[in-house]
Amino acid sequence: MEKIWLIIKREFFTRVRKKSFLVTTLLVPLAFAAMIIVPILMATTSSQHKRIAVIDNSGLFENKFPDSKDVYFKYLRNQSVDSLKLHYEEQGYEGVLYIPQFDISRPSGFEFYSSGQASVTIESSINRDINDIIEKKRMELQGIDQSKMDDIRSNVEVTFKNGKEEKKGNSWVAYGIGYASGFIIYFILLLFGTSVMRGVMEEKVSRIAEVMVSSVKPFQLMMGKIIGIAAVGLLQFFIWGVLVTAIYSLIPLFFSAESMQAAAQSGAMAQGNHADQVEMVRRIRDVVGSIHWSLIVPCFVFYFLGGYLFYSSLYAAIGSLANEDASDIQQLTIPVTVPIIIGIMIMMRAVQDPGSPLAVWGSIIPFTSPMVMMARLPYGVPGTVPYWQLALSFICLIGGFIGTTWAAGRIYRTGILMYGKKITLKEALKWIVRQP
Amino acid sequence: MNLLEVKHLKKHYQTHKAVDDVSFDIQQGSIFGLLGPNGAGKTTLLRMITGIFYPDEGEILFNGKKFDPENDVHHIGYMPEERGLYKKMMVGEQTLYLARLKGLSKKDAVQKIKYWFDKFDINTWYNKRVDELSKGMQQKVQFISTILHQPKLLILDEPFSGLDPINSNLIKQEIFDLSRQGTTIIFSTHRMEQVEEICDHIMLINKGHKILNGSVKQIQQDFKQGLFKIGLGIMPNPAQMATWHFNIVETHDKAFTVKMNEDSSTNDILLHFIRQEIPVTYFEEILPSINEVFITQVQQTENYAATMAALPLT
Repeated sequence: MEKIWLIIKREFFTRVRKKSFLVTTLLVPLAFAAMIIVPILMATTSSQHKRIAVIDNSGLFENKFPDSKDVYFKYLRNQSVDSLKLHYEEQGYEGVLYIPQFDISRPSGFEFYSSGQASVTIESSINRDINDIIEKKRMELQGIDQSKMDDIRSNVEVTFKNGKEEKKGNSWVAYGIGYASGFIIYFILLLFGTSVMRGVMEEKVSRIAEVMVSSVKPFQLMMGKIIGIAAVGLLQFFIWGVLVTAIYSLIPLFFSAESMQAAAQSGAMAQGNHADQVEMVRRIRDVVGSIHWSLIVPCFVFYFLGGYLFYSSLYAAIGSLANEDASDIQQLTIPVTVPIIIGIMIMMRAVQDPGSPLAVWGSIIPFTSPMVMMARLPYGVPGTVPYWQLALSFICLIGGFIGTTWAAGRIYRTGILMYGKKITLKEALKWIVRQP
Repeated sequence: MNLLEVKHLKKHYQTHKAVDDVSFDIQQGSIFGLLGPNGAGKTTLLRMITGIFYPDEGEILFNGKKFDPENDVHHIGYMPEERGLYKKMMVGEQTLYLARLKGLSKKDAVQKIKYWFDKFDINTWYNKRVDELSKGMQQKVQFISTILHQPKLLILDEPFSGLDPINSNLIKQEIFDLSRQGTTIIFSTHRMEQVEEICDHIMLINKGHKILNGSVKQIQQDFKQGLFKIGLGIMPNPAQMATWHFNIVETHDKAFTVKMNEDSSTNDILLHFIRQEIPVTYFEEILPSINEVFITQVQQTENYAATMAALPLT
């Protein structure tokens, strides 16, 4: 037991002390910080007014465009479009909006001149404003009162509830959480699995394996590596968690509330007005609060570790088959990588239809369950995932990783000492039953 | 007292018998040479003794008790033919790690590393990465990490390959020192001149079978062919050489290699020259080198196997 601890420590510290560990561990939270800070900076630095010249030949639009913090409309009379569109920049305008005289039943001929793609958001908001104004005018002409229209407008929202549970439905948040955690597990399995495989290959190719197994059992060597790398992963996740939370809570100290709101607004400009945003934020808060975090987080850790143990021992076994040139290893990994890819494909279906037989069985069979079950769980337990399915999935995964670790251990202990000839997968599978 | 007793050890792979009914004893403090051509089963045999492989049949007694790999590996140091160290690890860290896996406490290990690094004058390497060292330097580090835990049984597979003469000599002296202090050493090699120089006892195996087992002196006696070299003060004429006591095998400048007849003795040969008043300047017995014994014995077993294979299946 003491030896396996020594091995775990070595695997852990040699990785943690590498520069690449430091870089990735710091880079991810920095990327996260950049995602928040950059829009704020952009919103605050670009807050100079964009002036837009409006030539309104119809007379319908004068002073109708809503000025915002960013965009300011200047209505010009007695100016020809042809000269203005050549010189608007010299006069300090961002663009020129030309509105011809038009038939209210068939409006056409609106033009907007600007330099390049400078203002996608402006363009879409101008489009919306013009249509709003024309609609209002048409209602007026039809004798429809604006207030009556508001009364007529319907904005019913169906509250989706989960069968037996008295809780607000939250399928789109469940979708997001399911998708994200499924994907994270997918990446963990591939990245860490390959990391275990490379470690084993390195030991075999550098011939340290034979020295090691004269001191420790091959199984101890394999498990030490697997656990050591898992510890590196957990540490990395922990640091990410701490740093992301820290960044999230520190940002408001450096930026004023106004600038943050400006960033939020400019981001959401195309989607809707302020009231909608407030409503959306309120709903997210509701829904996030209604998710069973106390279930999801432990389950995530379980499926992360279970899936990792299940696959990493298989990757270790594959690594032990490597030869000096390590060229045929790519081919040998296929039987291990394919189930993971099938898992992520089932996960993508399951997140849309968590009750389908494909999703149910995919979340029970241990080859795919770490990814698929994480896609289903946010939809609710026992609503979408009955307790028996969760229990069966747990048992299968535990049994599964004990099984793969045992089988992989048998391949591994023969493989790491087998030099010279190319080992086929068929041969390696025979080692599980009979040691050569 | 025997440190190691191996009894009827067998290990069969799917296609061939790597070790087939091999038995031998090794006395404590002796240097035991394990010889054999490539693919003879040496590595498999050594892996069973180091607890890496389980034998299919047979028994290994270590220090008088049944070999228990779990605990006994702490008393064994094994340097495989293909050396291996973690390339990216620091030299000091690496030796410490390997020593601790052999059951040494951290304090003990550090102390011993210091002793050996001082002795080999390689203290400056402590914080160097293994892949910054030359192959010969890595070899020294490997040797130290093999003996650091003061094993009772030290197994060295081709310990001198890749070493320059100075370092070869250094390691050789260490091997003698350890042997004098009571360490039992199994020494596996192809280099026969080293075997004669270093080993007390040798065993030759081929195709999984034990062919020869005995002390170096004994084996040389067993395989001697009655050859002697005799140096003379003057070159005699052929008539003076005619006698039934020996035949001339080779003629040198004022010397002959002769094969003595079975019924004669060395004194008969000497008397022959003395009677003819031919001065004898020297007289020595030519013992077969272990190399010659090795080659003839391996060839004999190969021929035997080939003959057996060629026999019709009746």
